[in-house]
Amino acid sequence: MAHTPGIELFKLPKKRPVPGRFRNALGKYRVTVSNACTNCGLCLELCPYGVYKGGVKRPRVAQDHHCLGFSCSKNTFYCVNRCPEKAIQIKLNPSFEILGDRRWPPELLASTWHMAETGELPYQDLNYKTGNSGGGFDKIRFIFPKKKVHSVPESKISTAIELNRSGDSRPRITIPVPFYFGGMSFGSVSIVTMLSRVRAAAALKTFCCTGEGGYPEELIPYDNHIITQVATGLFGVKEETIKRVRIVEFKYAQGAKPGLGGHLLGDKVTPRVAKMREAVTGSALFSPFPFHSVYSVEDHKKHVDWIKEINTRALVSVKVSTPTDVDMVTVGSYFAGAHIVQLDGSYGGTGAAPDIAKKNIAMPIEYALPKVHKFLCQEGIRDKITIIASGGIRSAYDMAKALAMGADGVCLGTADLVALECIRCHHCESGRGCARGIATTDEELTNLMNLEWATQRIINMYLVWRRQLVSILKRLGMSSVTELTGRFDVIAHLDYIKQEDVEGELDL
Amino acid sequence: MPPKYHIHVGSVPNRFQSITRSGVIAWEEGCLKCARCVKKDCVYKVYEKRGIDSRQMLESLDSACMDCFRCVQNCPNKLIQKGLNPAYKALGDSYWTPEIISGLWYQSEAGRIPVSGGGYGGAFSGAGFDAMWTDMSEIVRPTRDGIHGREYISTTIDIGRKVMALQFDEAGALTITPPPLVEIPLPIIFDILPWSPPREGINLAFLKGARSLGTFAVIRQSDFIPAMEEYIPNIILYIDGNLSDLDKSIIKGLRMAEIPYSNEAINAQKALKEINPGLVVIIRMTLNPHASEDVFRLTAEGAEAIHLCADEFGLEKADAPLFIKERIKEIHLRLVERGVRDQITLIAGGGIAMAEHMAKQIICGADMLSVDIALLVAMECRVCRRCKAGIACPVELESVDPLWGSGRIRNLMAGWQNQLLEILGAMGIREVRRLRGEMGRAMFFEDLEKEIFADMGKRG
Repeated sequence: MAHTPGIELFKLPKKRPVPGRFRNALGKYRVTVSNACTNCGLCLELCPYGVYKGGVKRPRVAQDHHCLGFSCSKNTFYCVNRCPEKAIQIKLNPSFEILGDRRWPPELLASTWHMAETGELPYQDLNYKTGNSGGGFDKIRFIFPKKKVHSVPESKISTAIELNRSGDSRPRITIPVPFYFGGMSFGSVSIVTMLSRVRAAAALKTFCCTGEGGYPEELIPYDNHIITQVATGLFGVKEETIKRVRIVEFKYAQGAKPGLGGHLLGDKVTPRVAKMREAVTGSALFSPFPFHSVYSVEDHKKHVDWIKEINTRALVSVKVSTPTDVDMVTVGSYFAGAHIVQLDGSYGGTGAAPDIAKKNIAMPIEYALPKVHKFLCQEGIRDKITIIASGGIRSAYDMAKALAMGADGVCLGTADLVALECIRCHHCESGRGCARGIATTDEELTNLMNLEWATQRIINMYLVWRRQLVSILKRLGMSSVTELTGRFDVIAHLDYIKQEDVEGELDL
Repeated sequence: MPPKYHIHVGSVPNRFQSITRSGVIAWEEGCLKCARCVKKDCVYKVYEKRGIDSRQMLESLDSACMDCFRCVQNCPNKLIQKGLNPAYKALGDSYWTPEIISGLWYQSEAGRIPVSGGGYGGAFSGAGFDAMWTDMSEIVRPTRDGIHGREYISTTIDIGRKVMALQFDEAGALTITPPPLVEIPLPIIFDILPWSPPREGINLAFLKGARSLGTFAVIRQSDFIPAMEEYIPNIILYIDGNLSDLDKSIIKGLRMAEIPYSNEAINAQKALKEINPGLVVIIRMTLNPHASEDVFRLTAEGAEAIHLCADEFGLEKADAPLFIKERIKEIHLRLVERGVRDQITLIAGGGIAMAEHMAKQIICGADMLSVDIALLVAMECRVCRRCKAGIACPVELESVDPLWGSGRIRNLMAGWQNQLLEILGAMGIREVRRLRGEMGRAMFFEDLEKEIFADMGKRG
């Protein structure tokens, strides 16, 4: 596909260092300076990563998360060896191993924090490409050509995608990065979290979805970068909000809890949340499942038409989960008139959900995507619809793999929260909500986070993601991200292919 | 419509200190005695509340800690760490994992189902039950609200022989007597434990729990004691000894009995029915590679229900054993192929450790399940198996109070039933009877992996 015109005009926002909010950042290593230290200051001088800060009695280990760890021992500036008093010790941080989980192991968390803090790829020995789930994306690798391919300069590589491919009379909307941000409702996350995501989306000239909880006034300046959601509870859905935006999203189901309704605990229904949702303060809110007005594709078309009638310039996106017949569902959505179908795989999501649903109901996105892509190709309609993948995309590599597996773009959520220093303790739902002030409506906790800080953290991280994507495209000899979609030949699953089976180089 | 089946839950606190995944490690040495200690800033006040958790005065710090890491990250001298609890890692084994065990404990305390935010954090897939996913539907009939539903989703099943057609004489009178059926409100019975400390109290807890839920517990003939007589309507007596040793009045009072599989099983079934014609007789068979042929033959000879037992890891008895879900699938499909599947009730047991196993095993062809170790875990068992070696139980299960134990079991089963409803709701299925054998509404790792991944990386 040709370059999207006008995209060269897009200027990326700038990265800016944004250190963590807490005194001790969580890193892989723990550096200690013993009493033997004479405060000679050599370590301060040696360390190029700023691990130490000057102190009265001895240097303060201010940023051990920036330490290279044991692999630094080959360097001439390795402080442990050079310290004249042998006062410095580097150990694995004991708290590190209990962070996160198999999908987001500690190294992936720490590398995401690093990107959000610095706007750079981590240089420490942290795996920022894959998690430890033992399957899916974590076992899929790129095959890069060994021979030097016809190489496009990085500045000429386009990462833009087109969201309206239907050929209808509605506007074409091009986003300069192949991703937008998924819905997290006001109520489930704080207004600071919500606004920071929206502002980051605006800075990156992409979109952020409101989720099902209304459209807070603070969002109005960013109308052009907002997708408003119509979900089964119809919370906060008004004609006026639908008219305000360029994309309206129907949420039929979500990967966090496929086939289940939403549930906002009473504690989180503050007066403001209640007003927005036209509900009662302190009462739990259930978003039912499914749309009780839709029992067929015809009903679904009626829904889509209804939105198109209210807002004559809006694109319609349909968010579905991944059942056995996900390919048929997608085709149905296309014929009902959707511009975008978002496939939300079952392992993702940010909202609270029964564990049984998260693990067992519906299939992971890694299965659903190729199924849908191939089926749409067979039906001859693949180039008429935009497929957005979501649900478990944790890194730039996951994103690039999803594109190769048939997506036009991806939708993100959890990674944003990790950029805001989510540690994936999975306690978003209980008590006052997130103790780190991300997924909460508690006033005191909400104030833990500053809007500028949060916005820049998200921007920083996605700037690194985009750079990684560009470098993957460059290695593959592609000049546009649109060339990557459905290229099953440039990826391989480690259970089925070994290095000796491929011509290129398996990116292990 | 019968009244909606609902299991009433209540708080039944632990007797022993629970084992948490991680623990707080805080050093005193080096403390700067800050005017405002980070421990005071804990959002959940776990430091201030420690020790007053429950009436047992158990140390509450680690079980109340929500892992937010704020104290770890804010202590100026980095004196607080969180560490992996070695006792947690040592729980159970590779099948009965620490995650499964602690999940069962959580459900047993108050009957709540595990809920968490932040998406799924586990392995992509795994062996056995972890190699399949259940279906959902974007748009189906409005029966879909799971546990919060307005409409009734039934988890009732019938145990016994079903006649495929009624027969009448010329005058229009029924010429056959339909065999007895026992209806239970959830697709679970409690089974004999593969190991346990002395089990008198445990069995009574099982029976009390079974009665409160409206289901049954299998009790071995040799374990039957006079104190169990009041529970006879909820006992499946496993008659593996001499029939003549049993008081006929007991057999007459039973609704169900179980007998071991042998070539004489059908005759033994007849003998029992002569004493009590209303009895449903279950044949207990160790799961094995030729089970499908045996089950088919028994069905043809008039068996009513067959209890297929795998070991505690869900494996059949064989040199290269198949997992329970695979073997039951084969048995189910064999019976379907021969057109006799609906005549008989298949009960599958062994390795049923989570609510999802129940749903998945039913999808793979069982009508219902038997559970064993999970119920012991409800009563705080740590699956250390020391009792097998005659070593004292760390949670003193031999002295368990049946009332307390049955409360824990009831809570766990309530959690399981609610989770089953979630799965049924997501699929748009109104009753668990319809879930049986619905393999088209499930996704299997072995099919999907190959279909999706095998061709990747191939040129052209």
